[in-house]
Amino acid sequence: MGRLLLHRLGGLAVTLLLSSMAIFGSLYLAPGSPEDVLFGSRAPSAAARAAVARELHLDRPLPVRYWDWLTGVLHGDLGRSMVTGQPVTSRLGHGLGVTLALVALSMILVLLFGLGLGTAAALRPGAVDAATNALTSVSVTVPPFVASTLLISVFAVRLDWFPASGIGTGAGGEIRGLLLPACALAITNCAFLARVTRNALREQLEREHVQTALVRGLPRWVVLRDHVFRNALPPILTAVSLLTSGTFATTLVVETAFAVPGIGQLTITSVAQKDFPVVQAVSLLLVAAFVICNALSDLGHALIDPRLRTAGRTT
Amino acid sequence: MSVDAVSVSGLSKTFRVPDGKGGHIRHMAVDQVTFAVEAGGSLGIVGESGSGKTTIARMLVGLERASGGSMTVLGRDRSTPTRRAVERNRRARELQIVFQDPYTSLDPSQSARAAVDEVLRHHAKLTAGQRPTRTAALMEQVGLTERQADARPRDLSGGQRQRVAIARALAAEPRVLILDEAVSALDVSIQAQIVNLLADIRAATGMAYLLISHDLAVVRQLCDAVLVLRRGKVVEQGSCGQVLDAPVEDYTRRLRAAVPVPGWRPGS
Repeated sequence: MGRLLLHRLGGLAVTLLLSSMAIFGSLYLAPGSPEDVLFGSRAPSAAARAAVARELHLDRPLPVRYWDWLTGVLHGDLGRSMVTGQPVTSRLGHGLGVTLALVALSMILVLLFGLGLGTAAALRPGAVDAATNALTSVSVTVPPFVASTLLISVFAVRLDWFPASGIGTGAGGEIRGLLLPACALAITNCAFLARVTRNALREQLEREHVQTALVRGLPRWVVLRDHVFRNALPPILTAVSLLTSGTFATTLVVETAFAVPGIGQLTITSVAQKDFPVVQAVSLLLVAAFVICNALSDLGHALIDPRLRTAGRTT
Repeated sequence: MSVDAVSVSGLSKTFRVPDGKGGHIRHMAVDQVTFAVEAGGSLGIVGESGSGKTTIARMLVGLERASGGSMTVLGRDRSTPTRRAVERNRRARELQIVFQDPYTSLDPSQSARAAVDEVLRHHAKLTAGQRPTRTAALMEQVGLTERQADARPRDLSGGQRQRVAIARALAAEPRVLILDEAVSALDVSIQAQIVNLLADIRAATGMAYLLISHDLAVVRQLCDAVLVLRRGKVVEQGSCGQVLDAPVEDYTRRLRAAVPVPGWRPGS
Protein backbone atom coordinates (compact mmCIF):
# COMPACT_ATOMS: atom_id res chain seq x y z
CA MET A 1 0.00 0.00 0.00
CA GLY A 2 2.80 2.41 0.93
CA ARG A 3 4.67 1.54 -2.25
CA LEU A 4 1.55 2.07 -4.32
CA LEU A 5 1.09 5.46 -2.69
CA LEU A 6 4.68 6.48 -3.49
CA HIS A 7 4.30 5.17 -7.01
CA ARG A 8 1.14 7.23 -7.49
CA LEU A 9 2.70 10.39 -6.05
CA GLY A 10 5.67 9.98 -8.40
CA GLY A 11 3.30 9.55 -11.32
CA LEU A 12 1.40 12.66 -10.24
CA ALA A 13 4.60 14.74 -10.19
CA VAL A 14 5.76 13.49 -13.62
CA THR A 15 2.34 14.06 -15.20
CA LEU A 16 2.13 17.58 -13.82
CA LEU A 17 5.66 18.39 -15.02
CA LEU A 18 5.00 17.11 -18.54
CA SER A 19 1.63 18.84 -18.81
CA SER A 20 3.12 22.09 -17.49
CA MET A 21 5.62 21.96 -20.37
CA ALA A 22 2.85 21.32 -22.86
CA ILE A 23 0.69 24.12 -21.44
CA PHE A 24 3.53 26.62 -21.22
CA GLY A 25 4.78 25.80 -24.72
CA SER A 26 1.41 25.77 -26.45
CA LEU A 27 0.33 29.10 -24.97
CA TYR A 28 3.46 30.86 -26.23
CA LEU A 29 3.33 29.15 -29.59
CA ALA A 30 -0.28 30.19 -30.06
CA PRO A 31 -0.89 33.32 -32.18
CA GLY A 32 -1.13 36.61 -30.30
CA SER A 33 1.83 37.53 -28.12
CA PRO A 34 1.45 38.53 -24.48
CA GLU A 35 2.63 42.10 -24.96
CA ASP A 36 -0.17 42.73 -27.50
CA VAL A 37 -2.59 42.04 -24.68
CA LEU A 38 -1.10 44.86 -22.65
CA PHE A 39 -1.13 47.35 -25.53
CA GLY A 40 -4.68 46.51 -26.48
CA SER A 41 -5.77 48.45 -29.55
CA ARG A 42 -2.89 50.94 -29.31
CA ALA A 43 -0.03 50.61 -31.79
CA PRO A 44 3.17 50.97 -29.73
CA SER A 45 6.54 52.07 -31.06
CA ALA A 46 9.16 49.38 -31.58
CA ALA A 47 11.16 50.69 -28.62
CA ALA A 48 8.17 50.60 -26.27
CA ARG A 49 7.32 47.08 -27.43
CA ALA A 50 10.91 45.94 -26.83
CA ALA A 51 10.91 47.53 -23.38
CA VAL A 52 7.72 45.72 -22.39
CA ALA A 53 9.05 42.45 -23.79
CA ARG A 54 12.19 42.88 -21.68
CA GLU A 55 10.11 43.74 -18.63
CA LEU A 56 8.11 40.49 -19.09
CA HIS A 57 11.29 38.52 -19.91
CA LEU A 58 9.78 37.76 -23.31
CA ASP A 59 13.11 38.43 -25.02
CA ARG A 60 14.64 35.35 -23.43
CA PRO A 61 14.51 31.87 -24.99
CA LEU A 62 11.49 29.70 -24.17
CA PRO A 63 13.34 27.08 -22.03
CA VAL A 64 14.76 29.84 -19.83
CA ARG A 65 11.34 31.43 -19.40
CA TYR A 66 9.86 28.01 -18.59
CA TRP A 67 12.57 27.36 -16.01
CA ASP A 68 11.96 30.76 -14.37
CA TRP A 69 8.22 30.09 -14.29
CA LEU A 70 8.69 26.55 -12.95
CA THR A 71 10.98 27.61 -10.10
CA GLY A 72 8.45 30.32 -9.28
CA VAL A 73 5.61 27.78 -9.20
CA LEU A 74 7.63 25.48 -6.94
CA HIS A 75 8.06 28.40 -4.55
CA GLY A 76 4.34 29.08 -4.62
CA ASP A 77 4.62 32.04 -6.95
CA LEU A 78 2.41 31.61 -9.98
CA GLY A 79 3.20 35.07 -11.33
CA ARG A 80 0.97 38.07 -11.70
CA SER A 81 -2.14 38.52 -13.79
CA MET A 82 -1.33 40.57 -16.86
CA VAL A 83 -4.78 42.11 -16.81
CA THR A 84 -5.33 43.05 -13.18
CA GLY A 85 -1.79 42.90 -11.87
CA GLN A 86 -2.93 40.78 -8.88
CA PRO A 87 -0.89 37.74 -7.88
CA VAL A 88 -2.34 34.68 -9.67
CA THR A 89 -2.49 32.74 -6.39
CA SER A 90 -4.94 35.21 -4.85
CA ARG A 91 -7.13 35.18 -7.99
CA LEU A 92 -7.18 31.37 -7.87
CA GLY A 93 -7.71 31.08 -4.13
CA HIS A 94 -11.36 32.06 -3.82
CA GLY A 95 -12.39 30.53 -7.16
CA LEU A 96 -10.86 27.21 -6.23
CA GLY A 97 -12.93 26.99 -3.07
CA VAL A 98 -16.14 27.75 -4.98
CA THR A 99 -15.36 25.24 -7.71
CA LEU A 100 -14.43 22.50 -5.23
CA ALA A 101 -17.72 23.12 -3.40
CA LEU A 102 -19.61 22.98 -6.70
CA VAL A 103 -17.96 19.73 -7.81
CA ALA A 104 -18.45 18.17 -4.38
CA LEU A 105 -22.14 19.14 -4.28
CA SER A 106 -22.65 17.83 -7.80
CA MET A 107 -20.91 14.53 -7.06
CA ILE A 108 -22.97 14.07 -3.88
CA LEU A 109 -26.10 14.37 -6.06
CA VAL A 110 -24.58 11.97 -8.61
CA LEU A 111 -23.73 9.37 -5.97
CA LEU A 112 -27.12 9.69 -4.31
CA PHE A 113 -29.27 9.45 -7.42
CA GLY A 114 -26.93 7.50 -9.70
CA LEU A 115 -26.29 4.72 -7.21
CA GLY A 116 -29.90 4.79 -6.01
CA LEU A 117 -31.45 4.55 -9.46
CA GLY A 118 -28.91 1.98 -10.64
CA THR A 119 -29.50 -0.22 -7.62
CA ALA A 120 -33.27 0.03 -7.93
CA ALA A 121 -33.08 -0.88 -11.62
CA ALA A 122 -30.78 -3.84 -10.97
CA LEU A 123 -32.82 -5.28 -8.12
CA ARG A 124 -36.29 -4.70 -9.59
CA PRO A 125 -36.44 -6.06 -13.13
CA GLY A 126 -39.57 -5.13 -15.03
CA ALA A 127 -41.40 -1.84 -14.51
CA VAL A 128 -38.83 -0.12 -12.27
CA ASP A 129 -35.95 -1.16 -14.54
CA ALA A 130 -37.80 -0.03 -17.67
CA ALA A 131 -38.74 3.32 -16.12
CA THR A 132 -35.17 3.94 -14.95
CA ASN A 133 -33.88 2.94 -18.36
CA ALA A 134 -36.18 5.43 -20.07
CA LEU A 135 -35.24 8.18 -17.60
CA THR A 136 -31.50 7.61 -17.95
CA SER A 137 -31.74 7.31 -21.74
CA VAL A 138 -33.20 10.79 -21.92
CA SER A 139 -31.09 12.46 -19.25
CA VAL A 140 -27.81 11.03 -20.52
CA THR A 141 -28.38 13.06 -23.68
CA VAL A 142 -28.89 16.37 -21.85
CA PRO A 143 -25.53 18.14 -21.99
CA PRO A 144 -24.74 20.55 -19.13
CA PHE A 145 -25.19 23.70 -21.24
CA VAL A 146 -28.72 22.61 -22.21
CA ALA A 147 -29.46 21.59 -18.63
CA SER A 148 -28.19 24.99 -17.41
CA THR A 149 -30.54 26.88 -19.72
CA LEU A 150 -33.52 24.71 -18.79
CA LEU A 151 -32.86 24.94 -15.05
CA ILE A 152 -32.37 28.71 -15.15
CA SER A 153 -35.57 29.28 -17.12
CA VAL A 154 -37.69 27.02 -14.92
CA PHE A 155 -36.32 27.30 -11.38
CA ALA A 156 -34.69 30.72 -11.43
CA VAL A 157 -36.78 32.79 -13.84
CA ARG A 158 -40.26 31.27 -13.67
CA LEU A 159 -40.37 29.89 -10.13
CA ASP A 160 -37.73 32.25 -8.69
CA TRP A 161 -36.56 29.63 -6.18
CA PHE A 162 -32.89 30.03 -6.87
CA PRO A 163 -30.68 32.87 -8.11
CA ALA A 164 -30.20 32.85 -11.89
CA SER A 165 -26.69 34.18 -11.69
CA GLY A 166 -23.97 34.43 -9.09
CA ILE A 167 -23.99 32.93 -5.65
CA GLY A 168 -25.13 34.37 -2.36
CA THR A 169 -23.05 35.03 0.73
CA GLY A 170 -22.57 32.80 3.75
CA ALA A 171 -22.65 29.02 3.71
CA GLY A 172 -26.43 28.86 3.23
CA GLY A 173 -26.49 31.35 0.38
CA GLU A 174 -23.54 29.71 -1.29
CA ILE A 175 -25.15 26.27 -1.26
CA ARG A 176 -28.45 27.76 -2.50
CA GLY A 177 -26.59 29.47 -5.33
CA LEU A 178 -24.58 26.37 -6.21
CA LEU A 179 -27.52 23.96 -6.20
CA LEU A 180 -28.78 24.70 -9.73
CA PRO A 181 -25.29 24.62 -11.30
CA ALA A 182 -24.60 21.38 -9.41
CA CYS A 183 -27.81 19.88 -10.83
CA ALA A 184 -26.84 20.99 -14.33
CA LEU A 185 -23.52 19.20 -13.91
CA ALA A 186 -25.12 16.14 -12.30
CA ILE A 187 -27.91 15.24 -14.74
CA THR A 188 -25.80 13.45 -17.38
CA ASN A 189 -23.48 12.00 -14.76
CA CYS A 190 -26.38 10.60 -12.72
CA ALA A 191 -27.71 8.79 -15.76
CA PHE A 192 -24.26 7.48 -16.65
CA LEU A 193 -23.53 6.26 -13.13
CA ALA A 194 -27.01 4.71 -12.85
CA ARG A 195 -26.33 2.69 -15.99
CA VAL A 196 -22.87 1.62 -14.89
CA THR A 197 -24.22 0.65 -11.46
CA ARG A 198 -27.16 -1.26 -12.90
CA ASN A 199 -24.99 -3.23 -15.30
CA ALA A 200 -22.28 -3.94 -12.74
CA LEU A 201 -24.86 -5.19 -10.22
CA ARG A 202 -26.72 -7.20 -12.86
CA GLU A 203 -23.51 -8.88 -13.94
CA GLN A 204 -22.84 -9.92 -10.35
CA LEU A 205 -26.45 -10.93 -9.66
CA GLU A 206 -26.30 -13.34 -12.59
CA ARG A 207 -23.19 -15.04 -11.24
CA GLU A 208 -23.77 -18.61 -10.20
CA HIS A 209 -22.22 -18.08 -6.78
CA VAL A 210 -24.66 -15.24 -6.08
CA GLN A 211 -27.71 -17.15 -7.26
CA THR A 212 -26.77 -20.12 -5.15
CA ALA A 213 -25.84 -18.09 -2.07
CA LEU A 214 -29.55 -17.91 -1.21
CA VAL A 215 -29.68 -21.70 -1.58
CA ARG A 216 -26.94 -21.89 1.04
CA GLY A 217 -29.38 -20.18 3.39
CA LEU A 218 -27.64 -16.79 3.58
CA PRO A 219 -29.95 -13.81 4.20
CA ARG A 220 -30.66 -11.74 1.10
CA TRP A 221 -29.05 -8.56 2.41
CA VAL A 222 -25.84 -10.42 3.27
CA VAL A 223 -25.70 -11.80 -0.27
CA LEU A 224 -26.24 -8.31 -1.69
CA ARG A 225 -23.67 -6.67 0.57
CA ASP A 226 -20.89 -9.26 0.55
CA HIS A 227 -21.19 -10.84 -2.87
CA VAL A 228 -23.03 -8.45 -5.19
CA PHE A 229 -22.00 -4.94 -4.13
CA ARG A 230 -18.49 -5.88 -3.13
CA ASN A 231 -17.69 -7.43 -6.50
CA ALA A 232 -19.54 -4.72 -8.42
CA LEU A 233 -17.56 -1.94 -6.72
CA PRO A 234 -14.48 -1.72 -9.00
CA PRO A 235 -16.29 -0.58 -12.20
CA ILE A 236 -18.49 1.78 -10.15
CA LEU A 237 -15.43 3.32 -8.50
CA THR A 238 -13.74 3.78 -11.87
CA ALA A 239 -16.87 5.48 -13.24
CA VAL A 240 -17.13 7.82 -10.22
CA SER A 241 -13.49 8.88 -10.56
CA LEU A 242 -13.84 9.51 -14.31
CA LEU A 243 -17.04 11.49 -13.74
CA THR A 244 -15.46 13.57 -10.98
CA SER A 245 -12.50 14.58 -13.11
CA GLY A 246 -14.83 15.23 -16.05
CA THR A 247 -16.98 17.46 -13.84
CA PHE A 248 -13.98 19.71 -13.17
CA ALA A 249 -13.70 20.31 -16.91
CA THR A 250 -17.44 20.86 -17.36
CA THR A 251 -17.44 23.59 -14.70
CA LEU A 252 -16.02 25.83 -17.48
CA VAL A 253 -19.40 25.77 -19.20
CA VAL A 254 -21.71 25.69 -16.22
CA GLU A 255 -19.94 28.35 -14.15
CA THR A 256 -20.11 30.67 -17.13
CA ALA A 257 -23.82 29.96 -17.63
CA PHE A 258 -24.66 30.64 -13.97
CA ALA A 259 -21.99 33.34 -13.43
CA VAL A 260 -20.49 31.33 -10.60
CA PRO A 261 -17.17 32.94 -9.62
CA GLY A 262 -15.13 29.74 -9.75
CA ILE A 263 -12.12 28.41 -11.58
CA GLY A 264 -14.15 27.57 -14.67
CA GLN A 265 -15.36 31.10 -15.16
CA LEU A 266 -11.88 32.43 -14.40
CA THR A 267 -10.49 30.16 -17.12
CA ILE A 268 -12.94 31.40 -19.72
CA THR A 269 -12.37 35.09 -18.94
CA SER A 270 -8.59 34.66 -18.74
CA VAL A 271 -8.48 32.89 -22.10
CA ALA A 272 -10.62 35.63 -23.64
CA GLN A 273 -8.29 38.28 -22.17
CA LYS A 274 -5.18 36.24 -23.05
CA ASP A 275 -4.13 36.51 -19.42
CA PHE A 276 -1.34 33.95 -19.86
CA PRO A 277 -0.15 33.41 -16.25
CA VAL A 278 -3.73 32.79 -15.06
CA VAL A 279 -4.52 30.42 -17.94
CA GLN A 280 -1.36 28.46 -17.22
CA ALA A 281 -2.24 28.13 -13.56
CA VAL A 282 -5.86 27.04 -14.09
CA SER A 283 -4.91 24.58 -16.84
CA LEU A 284 -2.39 23.03 -14.51
CA LEU A 285 -5.04 22.85 -11.78
CA LEU A 286 -7.41 20.99 -14.11
CA VAL A 287 -4.69 18.51 -15.01
CA ALA A 288 -3.94 18.05 -11.32
CA ALA A 289 -7.65 17.40 -10.62
CA PHE A 290 -7.68 14.65 -13.29
CA VAL A 291 -4.54 12.99 -12.04
CA ILE A 292 -5.58 13.17 -8.38
CA CYS A 293 -8.99 11.62 -9.16
CA ASN A 294 -7.33 8.76 -11.01
CA ALA A 295 -4.81 8.19 -8.24
CA LEU A 296 -7.58 8.14 -5.62
CA SER A 297 -9.55 5.63 -7.67
CA ASP A 298 -6.50 3.36 -7.96
CA LEU A 299 -5.93 3.56 -4.23
CA GLY A 300 -9.61 2.74 -3.73
CA HIS A 301 -9.27 -0.35 -5.92
CA ALA A 302 -6.29 -1.46 -3.89
CA LEU A 303 -8.22 -0.90 -0.67
CA ILE A 304 -11.21 -2.97 -1.83
CA ASP A 305 -9.04 -5.92 -2.67
CA PRO A 306 -5.26 -5.85 -3.07
CA ARG A 307 -5.32 -9.02 -5.14
CA LEU A 308 -8.43 -8.34 -7.16
CA ARG A 309 -7.16 -8.00 -10.69
CA THR A 310 -9.59 -9.97 -12.83
CA ALA A 311 -13.05 -9.47 -11.42
CA GLY A 312 -15.16 -6.53 -12.45
CA ARG A 313 -12.46 -4.44 -14.15
CA THR A 314 -13.96 -2.21 -16.76
CA THR A 315 -10.78 -1.81 -18.72
CA MET B 1 -39.10 -47.23 8.34
CA SER B 2 -37.51 -43.78 8.33
CA VAL B 3 -38.62 -41.06 5.95
CA ASP B 4 -36.98 -40.82 2.56
CA ALA B 5 -34.20 -38.26 2.19
CA VAL B 6 -35.71 -37.03 -1.05
CA SER B 7 -39.06 -37.94 -2.49
CA VAL B 8 -40.22 -36.59 -5.82
CA SER B 9 -43.55 -37.41 -7.38
CA GLY B 10 -44.97 -36.44 -10.76
CA LEU B 11 -42.47 -33.57 -11.01
CA SER B 12 -42.79 -31.52 -14.20
CA LYS B 13 -41.25 -28.37 -15.58
CA THR B 14 -42.39 -26.55 -18.71
CA PHE B 15 -40.38 -23.76 -20.27
CA ARG B 16 -41.78 -21.27 -22.73
CA VAL B 17 -39.30 -21.09 -25.58
CA PRO B 18 -39.44 -18.97 -28.75
CA ASP B 19 -40.52 -21.08 -31.74
CA GLY B 20 -38.56 -18.94 -34.19
CA LYS B 21 -41.74 -17.56 -35.76
CA GLY B 22 -42.42 -14.87 -33.16
CA GLY B 23 -44.54 -17.09 -30.94
CA HIS B 24 -43.76 -19.43 -28.09
CA ILE B 25 -43.98 -23.14 -27.72
CA ARG B 26 -44.07 -25.06 -24.49
CA HIS B 27 -41.11 -27.27 -23.91
CA MET B 28 -41.43 -30.05 -21.33
CA ALA B 29 -37.95 -30.10 -19.73
CA VAL B 30 -39.06 -32.47 -16.98
CA ASP B 31 -42.08 -34.69 -17.54
CA GLN B 32 -43.80 -36.53 -14.68
CA VAL B 33 -40.64 -37.67 -12.93
CA THR B 34 -41.04 -39.78 -9.81
CA PHE B 35 -38.21 -41.11 -7.65
CA ALA B 36 -37.07 -41.41 -4.08
CA VAL B 37 -33.73 -41.45 -2.30
CA GLU B 38 -33.89 -43.34 0.98
CA ALA B 39 -32.22 -41.88 4.09
CA GLY B 40 -28.46 -42.26 3.69
CA GLY B 41 -28.95 -43.70 0.21
CA SER B 42 -27.54 -42.50 -3.05
CA LEU B 43 -29.20 -42.16 -6.40
CA GLY B 44 -27.56 -41.32 -9.69
CA ILE B 45 -29.50 -39.50 -12.39
CA VAL B 46 -27.98 -40.12 -15.81
CA GLY B 47 -28.90 -38.95 -19.25
CA GLU B 48 -27.55 -36.99 -22.17
CA SER B 49 -27.31 -33.19 -22.23
CA GLY B 50 -30.72 -31.54 -22.21
CA SER B 51 -32.43 -34.53 -20.65
CA GLY B 52 -33.62 -32.40 -17.70
CA LYS B 53 -31.16 -33.59 -15.03
CA THR B 54 -30.01 -30.15 -13.93
CA THR B 55 -33.55 -28.74 -14.04
CA ILE B 56 -34.55 -31.34 -11.44
CA ALA B 57 -31.66 -30.25 -9.23
CA ARG B 58 -32.52 -26.57 -9.64
CA MET B 59 -36.14 -27.24 -8.67
CA LEU B 60 -35.08 -29.22 -5.61
CA VAL B 61 -32.89 -26.39 -4.29
CA GLY B 62 -35.53 -23.77 -5.12
CA LEU B 63 -33.78 -21.96 -7.98
CA GLU B 64 -36.58 -22.98 -10.33
CA ARG B 65 -40.32 -23.26 -9.72
CA ALA B 66 -41.87 -26.62 -10.56
CA SER B 67 -44.77 -26.58 -13.04
CA GLY B 68 -46.36 -29.59 -11.44
CA GLY B 69 -45.84 -32.43 -9.00
CA SER B 70 -44.45 -32.43 -5.51
CA MET B 71 -41.06 -32.63 -3.82
CA THR B 72 -40.24 -33.44 -0.22
CA VAL B 73 -36.87 -33.49 1.48
CA LEU B 74 -36.63 -35.35 4.82
CA GLY B 75 -40.42 -35.54 4.73
CA ARG B 76 -40.90 -31.77 4.50
CA ASP B 77 -42.61 -30.35 1.45
CA ARG B 78 -40.65 -27.95 -0.77
CA SER B 79 -42.78 -28.02 -3.90
CA THR B 80 -42.67 -24.23 -4.18
CA PRO B 81 -39.66 -21.96 -3.62
CA THR B 82 -39.84 -19.90 -0.45
CA ARG B 83 -39.17 -16.23 0.08
CA ARG B 84 -39.08 -16.48 3.86
CA ALA B 85 -35.58 -16.24 5.31
CA VAL B 86 -36.21 -18.70 8.15
CA GLU B 87 -37.63 -21.36 5.85
CA ARG B 88 -34.80 -20.86 3.35
CA ASN B 89 -32.27 -21.25 6.11
CA ARG B 90 -33.95 -24.43 7.29
CA ARG B 91 -34.10 -25.87 3.77
CA ALA B 92 -30.41 -25.09 3.33
CA ARG B 93 -29.61 -27.26 6.34
CA GLU B 94 -31.59 -30.11 4.82
CA LEU B 95 -30.10 -30.04 1.37
CA GLN B 96 -27.03 -28.52 -0.24
CA ILE B 97 -25.73 -28.60 -3.78
CA VAL B 98 -22.30 -28.69 -5.44
CA PHE B 99 -22.28 -27.41 -9.01
CA GLN B 100 -20.38 -28.50 -12.06
CA ASP B 101 -18.22 -25.46 -12.63
CA PRO B 102 -16.04 -24.54 -9.64
CA TYR B 103 -14.87 -21.48 -11.57
CA THR B 104 -18.25 -19.76 -11.40
CA SER B 105 -19.68 -21.24 -8.23
CA LEU B 106 -17.15 -19.49 -5.96
CA ASP B 107 -16.95 -15.77 -5.19
CA PRO B 108 -13.64 -14.60 -6.73
CA SER B 109 -12.95 -12.21 -3.86
CA GLN B 110 -13.51 -14.73 -1.09
CA SER B 111 -10.95 -17.18 0.24
CA ALA B 112 -11.97 -20.77 0.96
CA ARG B 113 -11.86 -20.05 4.67
CA ALA B 114 -14.07 -16.98 4.34
CA ALA B 115 -16.58 -18.88 2.17
CA VAL B 116 -16.91 -21.65 4.75
CA ASP B 117 -16.96 -19.24 7.68
CA GLU B 118 -19.78 -17.28 6.09
CA VAL B 119 -21.98 -20.39 5.91
CA LEU B 120 -21.07 -21.40 9.47
CA ARG B 121 -22.02 -17.94 10.72
CA HIS B 122 -25.54 -18.36 9.42
CA HIS B 123 -26.13 -22.02 10.21
CA ALA B 124 -24.07 -23.61 12.92
CA LYS B 125 -24.70 -22.63 16.51
CA LEU B 126 -21.05 -21.85 17.06
CA THR B 127 -19.47 -18.89 18.77
CA ALA B 128 -16.97 -16.70 16.95
CA GLY B 129 -14.25 -18.49 18.90
CA GLN B 130 -15.38 -21.97 17.87
CA ARG B 131 -15.83 -21.28 14.17
CA PRO B 132 -12.14 -21.31 13.17
CA THR B 133 -11.76 -24.80 14.64
CA ARG B 134 -14.76 -26.06 12.69
CA THR B 135 -13.49 -24.37 9.51
CA ALA B 136 -10.09 -25.99 9.93
CA ALA B 137 -11.75 -29.37 10.44
CA LEU B 138 -13.78 -28.97 7.24
CA MET B 139 -10.67 -27.92 5.32
CA GLU B 140 -8.91 -31.04 6.54
CA GLN B 141 -11.91 -33.19 5.68
CA VAL B 142 -11.82 -32.07 2.03
CA GLY B 143 -8.03 -32.17 1.92
CA LEU B 144 -7.11 -28.50 1.61
CA THR B 145 -3.88 -27.25 3.16
CA GLU B 146 -3.69 -24.17 5.39
CA ARG B 147 -2.21 -22.17 2.52
CA GLN B 148 -4.88 -23.24 0.06
CA ALA B 149 -7.56 -22.35 2.61
CA ASP B 150 -6.40 -18.73 2.58
CA ALA B 151 -6.02 -18.51 -1.20
CA ARG B 152 -8.53 -16.90 -3.54
CA PRO B 153 -10.23 -19.16 -6.09
CA ARG B 154 -8.07 -17.83 -8.93
CA ASP B 155 -4.96 -19.17 -7.22
CA LEU B 156 -6.46 -22.65 -6.91
CA SER B 157 -6.74 -25.44 -9.45
CA GLY B 158 -10.09 -26.80 -10.61
CA GLY B 159 -9.88 -29.76 -8.25
CA GLN B 160 -8.95 -27.55 -5.30
CA ARG B 161 -11.83 -25.20 -6.09
CA GLN B 162 -14.23 -28.11 -6.16
CA ARG B 163 -12.92 -29.13 -2.73
CA VAL B 164 -13.73 -25.60 -1.52
CA ALA B 165 -17.25 -25.88 -2.96
CA ILE B 166 -17.71 -29.23 -1.21
CA ALA B 167 -16.42 -27.86 2.11
CA ARG B 168 -18.79 -24.90 1.77
CA ALA B 169 -21.72 -27.26 1.15
CA LEU B 170 -20.73 -29.46 4.10
CA ALA B 171 -20.51 -26.44 6.42
CA ALA B 172 -24.31 -26.27 6.62
CA GLU B 173 -24.28 -29.93 7.75
CA PRO B 174 -26.98 -30.97 5.29
CA ARG B 175 -28.58 -34.41 5.35
CA VAL B 176 -28.77 -34.53 1.56
CA LEU B 177 -26.15 -33.41 -0.96
CA ILE B 178 -26.87 -32.88 -4.64
CA LEU B 179 -23.81 -33.22 -6.85
CA ASP B 180 -24.68 -31.63 -10.17
CA GLU B 181 -21.98 -32.90 -12.56
CA ALA B 182 -19.66 -32.07 -9.69
CA VAL B 183 -16.70 -33.97 -11.11
CA SER B 184 -17.40 -33.55 -14.84
CA ALA B 185 -15.29 -30.43 -15.29
CA LEU B 186 -12.21 -32.03 -13.74
CA ASP B 187 -9.53 -34.05 -15.47
CA VAL B 188 -9.53 -37.79 -14.94
CA SER B 189 -6.98 -38.15 -12.14
CA ILE B 190 -8.46 -35.26 -10.15
CA GLN B 191 -11.91 -36.72 -10.83
CA ALA B 192 -10.82 -39.95 -9.16
CA GLN B 193 -9.55 -38.02 -6.12
CA ILE B 194 -12.81 -36.12 -5.73
CA VAL B 195 -14.90 -39.29 -6.22
CA ASN B 196 -12.89 -40.96 -3.46
CA LEU B 197 -13.31 -37.89 -1.27
CA LEU B 198 -17.08 -37.94 -1.83
CA ALA B 199 -17.22 -41.67 -1.02
CA ASP B 200 -15.27 -41.04 2.21
CA ILE B 201 -17.52 -38.17 3.23
CA ARG B 202 -20.61 -40.28 2.67
CA ALA B 203 -19.14 -43.12 4.73
CA ALA B 204 -18.28 -40.67 7.53
CA THR B 205 -21.52 -38.66 7.65
CA GLY B 206 -24.21 -41.00 6.33
CA MET B 207 -25.40 -38.20 4.06
CA ALA B 208 -27.74 -39.04 1.20
CA TYR B 209 -26.40 -38.27 -2.28
CA LEU B 210 -28.25 -37.29 -5.40
CA LEU B 211 -25.63 -37.49 -8.12
CA ILE B 212 -26.34 -35.95 -11.47
CA SER B 213 -23.94 -37.08 -14.15
CA HIS B 214 -23.53 -38.21 -17.70
CA ASP B 215 -20.60 -40.34 -16.59
CA LEU B 216 -21.78 -43.87 -15.90
CA ALA B 217 -18.47 -44.86 -14.28
CA VAL B 218 -18.79 -42.16 -11.62
CA VAL B 219 -22.41 -43.13 -10.96
CA ARG B 220 -21.42 -46.78 -10.60
CA GLN B 221 -18.73 -45.83 -8.08
CA LEU B 222 -20.84 -43.57 -5.88
CA CYS B 223 -24.44 -44.74 -6.18
CA ASP B 224 -26.61 -47.66 -5.10
CA ALA B 225 -29.46 -46.83 -7.43
CA VAL B 226 -29.71 -45.15 -10.79
CA LEU B 227 -32.39 -43.42 -12.82
CA VAL B 228 -32.07 -42.94 -16.57
CA LEU B 229 -33.62 -39.76 -17.94
CA ARG B 230 -34.35 -39.01 -21.57
CA ARG B 231 -36.04 -35.83 -22.80
CA GLY B 232 -37.43 -35.20 -19.33
CA LYS B 233 -38.94 -38.66 -18.89
CA VAL B 234 -37.75 -41.54 -16.73
CA VAL B 235 -36.67 -44.33 -19.08
CA GLU B 236 -35.36 -46.84 -16.62
CA GLN B 237 -34.88 -46.97 -12.86
CA GLY B 238 -33.36 -49.52 -10.52
CA SER B 239 -30.25 -50.61 -8.68
CA CYS B 240 -26.93 -49.67 -10.23
CA GLY B 241 -25.91 -53.24 -11.00
CA GLN B 242 -29.21 -54.12 -12.56
CA VAL B 243 -29.61 -51.06 -14.78
CA LEU B 244 -26.03 -50.55 -15.83
CA ASP B 245 -25.04 -54.20 -16.30
CA ALA B 246 -28.27 -55.51 -17.80
CA PRO B 247 -30.14 -52.55 -19.25
CA VAL B 248 -33.64 -53.30 -20.46
CA GLU B 249 -34.10 -50.11 -22.41
CA ASP B 250 -32.41 -49.47 -25.72
CA TYR B 251 -31.55 -45.86 -24.69
CA THR B 252 -29.64 -47.05 -21.60
CA ARG B 253 -27.77 -49.54 -23.77
CA ARG B 254 -26.79 -46.79 -26.16
CA LEU B 255 -25.66 -44.55 -23.27
CA ARG B 256 -23.53 -47.41 -22.04
CA ALA B 257 -22.11 -48.09 -25.49
CA ALA B 258 -21.13 -44.42 -25.81
CA VAL B 259 -18.61 -44.74 -22.97
CA PRO B 260 -15.06 -45.19 -24.29
CA VAL B 261 -13.48 -48.34 -22.84
CA PRO B 262 -9.90 -49.63 -23.07
CA GLY B 263 -9.25 -50.73 -26.62
CA TRP B 264 -11.89 -48.38 -27.99
CA ARG B 265 -11.00 -46.79 -31.32
CA PRO B 266 -12.75 -43.75 -32.71
CA GLY B 267 -14.96 -44.68 -35.63
CA SER B 268 -14.78 -48.43 -35.06
